[in-house]
Amino acid sequence: MNGSPMTLWEQAQARGVSRRDFIRYCSWLAAAAGIEASAIGQVVQAMEKKPRLPVVWMHFQECTCCSESFIRSSHPVISEIVLDKISLDYTETLMAASGHQAEKSLQDTIKKYKGEYLMCVEGSIPTGDDGVYCCIGGKSAIDIVKEVAADAKAIIAWGNCATHGCVQAAKPNPTTATPVHKIITGKTIINVPGCPPIAEVMAGTIVHLLAFDRIPQLDGLNRPKAFYSRRIHDTCYRRPNYDAGLFVESFDDENARKGYCLYKMGCRGPVTYNSCAIMKWNNGVSYPIQSGHGCIGCSEKDFWDNGPFYQHLASFPGFGIETTADDIGVAVGAATVVGIAAHAVSTNIRKGKLIKSEIASSTEKEETSRKGGA
Amino acid sequence: MENTLIQRVYVWQLPVRLYHWVNAIAVVLLACTGYLIGHPFAIQSGTEAYENYWFGTVRFVHFVSAFIFFFNFIGRIYWGFVGNKYASWHNFIPTKKKQYEEMVDVLKVDILQGTIKPLESIGHNSLAGLTYFISFLAFLFQCITGFGMYAAMSTSMLPHLFSWIVPFMGGDFAVRQWHHIMMWFFIIFSIVHVYLVFYHDYVEGRGIISSMAGGWKFIEKEKNK
Repeated sequence: MNGSPMTLWEQAQARGVSRRDFIRYCSWLAAAAGIEASAIGQVVQAMEKKPRLPVVWMHFQECTCCSESFIRSSHPVISEIVLDKISLDYTETLMAASGHQAEKSLQDTIKKYKGEYLMCVEGSIPTGDDGVYCCIGGKSAIDIVKEVAADAKAIIAWGNCATHGCVQAAKPNPTTATPVHKIITGKTIINVPGCPPIAEVMAGTIVHLLAFDRIPQLDGLNRPKAFYSRRIHDTCYRRPNYDAGLFVESFDDENARKGYCLYKMGCRGPVTYNSCAIMKWNNGVSYPIQSGHGCIGCSEKDFWDNGPFYQHLASFPGFGIETTADDIGVAVGAATVVGIAAHAVSTNIRKGKLIKSEIASSTEKEETSRKGGA
Repeated sequence: MENTLIQRVYVWQLPVRLYHWVNAIAVVLLACTGYLIGHPFAIQSGTEAYENYWFGTVRFVHFVSAFIFFFNFIGRIYWGFVGNKYASWHNFIPTKKKQYEEMVDVLKVDILQGTIKPLESIGHNSLAGLTYFISFLAFLFQCITGFGMYAAMSTSMLPHLFSWIVPFMGGDFAVRQWHHIMMWFFIIFSIVHVYLVFYHDYVEGRGIISSMAGGWKFIEKEKNK
């Protein structure tokens, strides 16, 4: 294994993969990355010529559901990307090495492939109390992330933790859990939110980097446009029920059995950008709404704070847990009407006399002017 | 009591009156449809989705009203620079000491119900002007948040001018929440606005209610400077 690392095509050949299968594989990768058919040639070329991409996959405050999602991707090709096609040089959960050896391999990778490695971050970084809430190998997560990010070719933030802070950043955020993009400034962070993100979305993002050597097109929140430009609601198969005004009123009603829209059950589909309704989960089997439960908006910022999940509007801060803006609006509206009524009554009590005298004087005036005119 | 001559003054030009009523209709439609969008009726029907489209229609009315509301609002801002002195932006953004003094007077008349004396302003009184300015800010907020949410399902340029608000506020959920909360400003504003117009007509007798139809207000002659 001296000299430059093997390209993907060389590896494929070494493993006895036919050219036809290789092209098929590339097409599949392109499809997974949301690349149009005309650009498949570029993907093939990239796979033929490019060496494996060294990857450092960091784990901080997280539950590893992103990794779990990724390795369970529907197509075997996808898992090959991580385990074969990219060179996963450091990842706490999957690597064989442990302890000092593991930390050494991280140092080796970031030195040897300076400016070439891809940094993936799973989990948020606690910044409270000098970052003591998450330490690996004696170093705080915040120091590690800064060190590794400094020479990374590209940085991907996996999941809601790394992109928005997820549950650990929910109020009151005791550890000051912070997403990657707030710590690493001056570099574009590719945000791939979700709890976890869909495996094919994760793979697609990596494939794009592999094939084109550049960051995929990103939206205002730095999410790959290919996967996060549509709302779940706008791509949901239950959407016609929404437009028809057919809603589930409770989880055990007839409407729920008919598969009506879960809008009134607090479904976050209308405010959530993700590909769940298109790509679905677990080999395209289903996604939450298809299984009868509303979306909880796991790829959106602060989704834990916008609760309750089964309520269309969030509860209004500072009031009871189920008090919404509407309850407060109605109360303020009622108070206004009462105030106005009181005002009108008092105006009449005070002005009754005045008006009476006004009328008297104006009648007088009319009479005098008539007399004057005559 | 001596004879007071009443003079009529042409206060509200046609564009101002048109703006007012288009705005009033749009706000009512927007608030009603907006409330429905937040709280759709419960219909336990055995029909299939393709047989109905009422909720889509409610949303359509909301969006059309929103576009009308927006351009009407833009038109009014323009008229604040080219219209007569009663329509001028000076009425809405108080810059003179006199305007602040009048606000105190208005508060005395409206809230404390002190002695009723005809106010200096013939057009908007300065407190009303400031309130309308605050409501213009609310209009702007609703336009930005509304179009910001609408941008996701639109290919036209206008809504996309406002799409920056979604990342700014942290996501569609927050935008929707604030858009919804602000609806209550419009509802409460309308209640108070309508009441105060009646109240002022009642105690001042200057024809403030009819002024928004014909444009004329009536003042005591010696007040007409």
